[in-house]
Amino acid sequence: MPAGTLYRGREGMWSWVAHRVTGVLIFFFLFVHVLDTALVRVSPQAYDDVVATYKTPIVALLEYGLVAAILFHALNGLRVIAVDFWIKGARYQKQMLWTVVAVWIVLMLGAIYPVLGHAARELFGS
Amino acid sequence: MSTTETSASGVGPVEGASLYSVDNPAPVIEPPRKRTKKTPKSTRGNFELAAWLFMRLSGVVLVVLVIGHLLIQLVLDGGVSKIGFAFVAGRWASPFWQVWDLAMLWLAMLHGANGLRTVINDYAERPNTRLWLKGLLYTATVFTILLGTLVIFTFDPNIR
Repeated sequence: MPAGTLYRGREGMWSWVAHRVTGVLIFFFLFVHVLDTALVRVSPQAYDDVVATYKTPIVALLEYGLVAAILFHALNGLRVIAVDFWIKGARYQKQMLWTVVAVWIVLMLGAIYPVLGHAARELFGS
Repeated sequence: MSTTETSASGVGPVEGASLYSVDNPAPVIEPPRKRTKKTPKSTRGNFELAAWLFMRLSGVVLVVLVIGHLLIQLVLDGGVSKIGFAFVAGRWASPFWQVWDLAMLWLAMLHGANGLRTVINDYAERPNTRLWLKGLLYTATVFTILLGTLVIFTFDPNIR
């Protein structure tokens, strides 16, 4: 553990940990995603072959996880901006985190059918 | 006597009368680390402030760009199953989506690279480890930004 680091726990620390973990995951995906998209310069066949793996049920589940990470990072990022720039931001940081979590749950429920629907049809027939 | 009462000199009643007056002013204390003509010019710029501000500004823009991107690619019009070379060709035929994707590429890569720079600064303690991790990070970042930019600008829908 780095010296002199103070972990205070509760909403403030755990939202910071989640922001960090989701940020690193999204960044690593971004590298892969730019590389797979770059295949459009190789040939249509090469690109379509790789995109076909994105349409398999297992990768669909990973996509759902990616959406989860991105939505949390986006919503919590807006909360961080509010904490920094809104005069009452620090006072309401906990309430804002629970708002973020609530909006995130609603959006994740809404994303189930669009993101996982085709995988379910493939697995269980339509 | 009220405890909140203070005398004109700013000294509370508990401490008694002020030692200083107009005729006998308090000594002026130099602020610590005050810059004078003799202090050398600061060798540090405001890089960390600029980076902090960039994270917030790019973050707001990325919320719009990335959530729009997710809606188009994963939700609307059949979700991921419609994506293929033809779909990419159709979208990049429009300069609007080229600029959208270019902005998203640059902002997301720089936002992510600066985030990872912070993570390295926090957890890698040995100077050599920090140097190598950051060297790897910056190399990968420059490579990916240049590759992505090249792909967007040189995209050829009639490639064989």
